[in-house]
Amino acid sequence: MKTRWEILVVDDEEVMRESLAAWLREDGYDVNTASSGRDAIEKARQKDYAIYFIDLKMPGGIDGIETMMEVRKVHPEASIIIITAYATVDTAITAMKEGAQEYIVKPCNPEEISLLVNRIIKIKNLQRENTILRKKLTKQYCFHDIISKNPKMLEIFQLIQEIASLRSTVLLQGESGTGKELIARAIHFSGDRAEQPFIGVSCAALAETLLESELFGHEKGSFTGAVTQKKGKFEMADGGTIFLDEIGDISPKLQMDLLRVLQERCFYRVGGSEEIKVDVRIIAATNVDLQQAVLDGKFRDDLFYRLNVINIRIPPLRDRREDIPVLARSFVERIAHELGKEVSDISEGSLKLLLDHNWPGNVRELENAVERAIVTCRGRALTEEDFTFLTPRVEANRGWSVPANVTLQELEKEVIAATIQRTHGNIKEAAAALGIDRSTLYERIKKFEIPR
Amino acid sequence: MTFLYLAPQGAVDDEVLTIIETCLWANFGYEIRQLGSSAEPEYAFDLRRRQYSSTLILRQLVVKCPPDAARILAVTEKDLFIPMLSFIFGQAQLNGTVAIISLARLRQEFYGLPSNRMLLLARVVKEALHEMGHTFGLIHCPERTCPMSLSTNIHQVDTKGSEFCAGCRALLRENIGATYEQAANIMRAED
Ligand SMILES: [Zn+2]
Ligand SMILES: [Zn+2]
Repeated sequence: MKTRWEILVVDDEEVMRESLAAWLREDGYDVNTASSGRDAIEKARQKDYAIYFIDLKMPGGIDGIETMMEVRKVHPEASIIIITAYATVDTAITAMKEGAQEYIVKPCNPEEISLLVNRIIKIKNLQRENTILRKKLTKQYCFHDIISKNPKMLEIFQLIQEIASLRSTVLLQGESGTGKELIARAIHFSGDRAEQPFIGVSCAALAETLLESELFGHEKGSFTGAVTQKKGKFEMADGGTIFLDEIGDISPKLQMDLLRVLQERCFYRVGGSEEIKVDVRIIAATNVDLQQAVLDGKFRDDLFYRLNVINIRIPPLRDRREDIPVLARSFVERIAHELGKEVSDISEGSLKLLLDHNWPGNVRELENAVERAIVTCRGRALTEEDFTFLTPRVEANRGWSVPANVTLQELEKEVIAATIQRTHGNIKEAAAALGIDRSTLYERIKKFEIPR
Repeated sequence: MTFLYLAPQGAVDDEVLTIIETCLWANFGYEIRQLGSSAEPEYAFDLRRRQYSSTLILRQLVVKCPPDAARILAVTEKDLFIPMLSFIFGQAQLNGTVAIISLARLRQEFYGLPSNRMLLLARVVKEALHEMGHTFGLIHCPERTCPMSLSTNIHQVDTKGSEFCAGCRALLRENIGATYEQAANIMRAED
C-alpha cells in the first residue's frame, strides 16, 4: 500500500498557504498548513512531515530560519524548503548554512517546484524501502531472539543447534548482560525438549537455605514456614531444562547437592526421605571465571568438570561491535512499540556514538540505553542528543584517580589515544582538546606509535 | 436534480464553451447549464503581477454557487496565478465544488505562434476534464497520456490525451456513481 506523504506549508499569508496547499493536494499529498512559526513548530512536534515549505519572512517573532531550526531540533532529517519573495544572497546563504535543503524564490515555475517535490519524495520512498530492507536483514541475523552477525556468535548458533537435543550439561560463561539466558533458551527451544518446561533460577538472588528449598522443594514442616509440601525447580523442570544462573555464587553445601544430582540424577526434598528421580538437562551460567574459582578453592573442581561438559563463552559486546547497529535498531523497534512512542529510526550520528561506547554492561546496557533515549526522544528518530547520558560528564571525572604503577609516559599515551579516539581521528580537534599544538601532537603519535 | 454549471468569466468564445459542455456531459453524465455570463474578474487582478488570482475567483464562485449546482467550472481568457507559482493553467478544489481553467496559455498566440483553433479546442477539453476530475476526487495520474496527469508546461498538455485512463475511470465511477453509468451509456451509444 502506497502511503500518502504529508506536507506542511508555513506562511502567514492565508491566500499564499491555502493556494499552495490546494495545488499540492491535487498532486495527492496530505497537506496541512500553519500560519506562523510558532504554529508550525507545534504541528511539527505532533508529527513529522515529509516536506516543510516555510516562508522566510513571517511577522510575530519567529521567522522562517528560526522556524526551520526549531523543526530540525525535533526532526533532524526533515526536508525543508525555504520560500522567499526575492532572492538576496545573504538570506540564501543563511538558509543553506542552517541546513535548508532547498531555497525557492516565489513566484516560481510550476515545473521547478514539481520536480523539487518529486525529487525529495523519491528519496523518502527510497529511505523507507531501506528501512523495510533493514528489518528483513535483522530477521536474517536473528536466531531465537538473539541478533548477531559476529563470526564467534554465529559459531555459537551453530554449536547450539548441534548440542540442542543432547542431555549433556552446558556451562555458559560471559560477562553480565551478554544474554546468557537467551542462549540457554535457544538451546532448550532448538532441541527435542522444546515442548517441555524451561525453568530458570538465579542462584545469587536467594540465601542458601531458601535456594536449597527452591531447587529441591521441601516436605511439610521441614523448617519454620514450610507449612505445606512444595515441589522444587528440579521437579518442575522434569523432562525439560533447568537454567542455573550465577552458579559461581552457590555455597559449598549446595555445590555438594548439585554434584549428587549431576552424578545420580536424583535428590531428596528438604526434610524428605523419598528419593526423587528427574530427567533434567542442566544449563549453568556464570559471569565469574569458574576455573579461577576452582584454583582459589572457592568452587569444587569435581562439580566444575561435571558442569563444564559443553562450554560456551559468549563474547562481550565490545568484541562484537558490528552487532551494535542491528541490535540498536531492533531495540528501537521493539521498545518504541512497547512504550507506544512513534520512534522508528536511529540517526547515523547516534549509531556512531553507540559504536564508540565501551558497553561494560553489554547488550543489556545497550538495551537500557536505547530505552532511556526513546523515553526522552521527541522526534521520529533517535539522535545524538538523546544519548548524551552516555558521554561521561565532567563531574564524573572528579572521582578519577591515577592508576597504580603507571609511568607518566604511559599515562600521556593513554590520554592522547583516548582523545584521538573521541575526536574520531580529527587531529586538529584532538590537539585543541589536549591544549597542545598539532605538530607536538603528531610528534607524540609517532613516538608512542598511537594508531589513528 | 443537480447540474454541472459552466461559468464564463467575461467574454469567452462560444465554440470553446460548446466543446466543454459536450465533453463534460459525456464524461461525467451531468446535464450542463450555463451560469449567466458574468463580468470580467477585475476584482482578482493583481497590479504587480498583471495576472488574475485564481484563488479569489474560486472564492467568489463558491459564494455565487446556485443551490442546484453539483459542480461549477469557470472559464476565463485571463492569465491565472497563485502566489507561489508564476502561472497556472487552472485550479480546482479537490473533492470540492468549484474549478477554473484559463484559455490564455492554451492559445498558440501566447507563445508567439500563429493561432490554431483545433489545437486550442483539444487543449481546452483536456484541461476542463483535468480540473473537473479534481473536483470529483481524482489526483494527478502517473499515466502520461491521461488527462489527469500533471502539466506544468504546454508541451505536457499536448502530450496527454482526452480520455481518462482505466484507473482514473474506475475511481470516477466510484465517486460519481449513477450519473457516471449514465455517461458511460451515452458514450457507448455514440460508438
Ligand atoms: Zn491538476
Ligand atoms: Zn489517469
